[in-house]
Amino acid sequence: MIREEEPQELHPMDWWLRSERLPHIWCAGCGIGPTLYAWTRALDRVGIDKKKVVYVSGIGCCGRGSGYLDVDGFHTTHGRAIPFAVGIKLVKPELCVSVISGDGDLFSIGGNHFIHAARRNVDLLVICTNNFIYGMTGGQLAATTPQRDYSTTTPYGNTEPAFNTPYLADASGAVYVARWTSIHVRLLERSIAEALGMKGFRYIEVLSPCPVNYGRRNRLREVDDIAKWFWEFSVVKHEADTKEVQIERGKPLILGNFVKKEKKLSCYEELKELEERVRAAAEAKK
Amino acid sequence: MRASGKVLLTQRVKISRGEIHSIDERCKQCRLCIELCPKEVLQESEKVNEKGYHPPEAVEEPEKGKSCVACGLCEVICPEYAIWVEEKKENASTEGDQRERRF
Amino acid sequence: MAAILGASWAGAKSMTATSGPGLSLMMENFGLGVMMEVPTVVVDIQRGGPSTGLPTLTAQGDVMQARWGSHGHYEIIALAPDSPQEAFDLTIRCFNLAEKYRVPVILLASETVGLSAGKVVVPPEDEIKLIDRKKPTVPPGEYLPYRPDEDLIPPMASAGEGYAICATGLTHDEKGYPETNAETQEKLVRRLNDKIRVHLEEIVDVEEEHLEDAEIAVVSYGQVSRPAKRAVKMARDEGIKAGSIKLITVWPFAEHVIRKWAKQVEWFIVPELNYGQIYLEVRREACGDSKVVPIPRMGGRLITPQEIYQEIKKVSKN
Repeated sequence: MIREEEPQELHPMDWWLRSERLPHIWCAGCGIGPTLYAWTRALDRVGIDKKKVVYVSGIGCCGRGSGYLDVDGFHTTHGRAIPFAVGIKLVKPELCVSVISGDGDLFSIGGNHFIHAARRNVDLLVICTNNFIYGMTGGQLAATTPQRDYSTTTPYGNTEPAFNTPYLADASGAVYVARWTSIHVRLLERSIAEALGMKGFRYIEVLSPCPVNYGRRNRLREVDDIAKWFWEFSVVKHEADTKEVQIERGKPLILGNFVKKEKKLSCYEELKELEERVRAAAEAKK
Repeated sequence: MRASGKVLLTQRVKISRGEIHSIDERCKQCRLCIELCPKEVLQESEKVNEKGYHPPEAVEEPEKGKSCVACGLCEVICPEYAIWVEEKKENASTEGDQRERRF
Repeated sequence: MAAILGASWAGAKSMTATSGPGLSLMMENFGLGVMMEVPTVVVDIQRGGPSTGLPTLTAQGDVMQARWGSHGHYEIIALAPDSPQEAFDLTIRCFNLAEKYRVPVILLASETVGLSAGKVVVPPEDEIKLIDRKKPTVPPGEYLPYRPDEDLIPPMASAGEGYAICATGLTHDEKGYPETNAETQEKLVRRLNDKIRVHLEEIVDVEEEHLEDAEIAVVSYGQVSRPAKRAVKMARDEGIKAGSIKLITVWPFAEHVIRKWAKQVEWFIVPELNYGQIYLEVRREACGDSKVVPIPRMGGRLITPQEIYQEIKKVSKN
């Protein structure tokens, strides 16, 4: 994309990118870019070998992300990013597998996979870019659209309560639960780095602006309107009770690292231990 | 320095200076870098890129106290991987090895 | 299904097993497996349908679903065993075919095979022929995940080997990058189909019996081929010139076999536990050269040799 006569300069993070594919398909001001930026910086910070990084995504705007990064990327079917990642992790537990996908993908069609992966404490990092709407398909109501907000399918306002996703993750057994916004990139990066250093099912929700399909219908027309909403209403409250972090328009957005707990082993490791025990017992019988 | 009768230890803080780089063809003119820059050193340029957007440029004659301090906010906030800042080293003799990751 | 695709990308040979309703649910990711060209095996123990249908009595209603269940135009491989022994042998063959052609393969068994007990001879490990997928021979920088070799099948790298795979369910070019245009679609979908079609004779496996002088051929697959063979034997004992074609490979369809025998036999009889699925394929390939009669049963119980024998006798008088 750079004119040939100019010396080609590279962004410091370009070594993580498939640069020839940029500019990407996301709209101006989309929060997926900063999320990926924070993820790649966190990987750098933790010092993970790029060859061992696997990025699995589902369908939607965020699903396209796996094609822009120069790592093993899998763009799977709608909602099935988590089981796909579980399959990879089962065969190669040494890989650093991250699922970065949207709210519709992870919590609507993929809701079951999410809660069960959390329940089993599969060793995965799941990052959800929550833009409160189905962005790619034209702004339909999502499971995360705040109550009374507008979408193409709820022109008079949404009557359904939205998912409080950190609470859902916490209740399902995730060992790490955090919420940031794509404006708080540095804090997000630190949080991802912290999560990358842990084992088990880790979940980070990233509130992300969708000026085109969410903002336009909800008096947040410009990118910086949403940025200001995130900036001015956000309250960082680490270790907040996840029950109380429901997102409601006009109320504070509670951000922070909510849950960090030690769980013995992910279920597959426990299974391996069990197998060894049973084998040892069988040997002893002989 | 004296404050409420107590002697406080002071330290000289060196303010870093930055050099802004951008890949204009990646820009989609979302204006996040311009709006969020704490020193207001960026503005929309007259240039038009391939897709018809106006990429940002540095203000040529900034007001006093409004020059880039290499905080890097524009870099982290940019959804397009289009802008980044290099910290200028005061005594650097060559332009070459100035790039340094700030973690 | 998504998990076995992931496992296969990580380098393992993976499989899952289900019955009809489960296969319906898996069809979305089955399509992904076809598009991403993932070697994997799905065992479908068919039962009566549609919907929850007959839990759990036998049927063969998923033949067309196995072929066309996911959207888009694609080719797959499906094998049908008639006994526990054959289920064992064909599962190995399924894996070999999947690995060789980089395609999900279905083992199209049914309740009568899935739930029957029988003697299975497991050969010594060194006698089992195994095929592994082609691995890339070029260094990571030069590897294009979807550049096919001459046999139309691209070599496959695994996750974590440093090849930076880009795999997607979207129409993609040789690099694996999504491309939304007619040319890429044309090239990709043609290749996905052709990689099976050009190897048709290599993939297809049929068992032919008493066909040399046959005037009537019974075409069967899966567990129905056992009563079918028995009926053919009964007919031969009566002096009726009957033969049997057992399709071990249901998909891709053994077109060349049916076409060959259509020139000789007068009648094809197709007994199956549905309202005529392979019957339509046989009729298509017979091209009017010979007449085709179905023996449709909707499932719940097997077709008896007598029923097939009665049909053979009926057509032999015409």
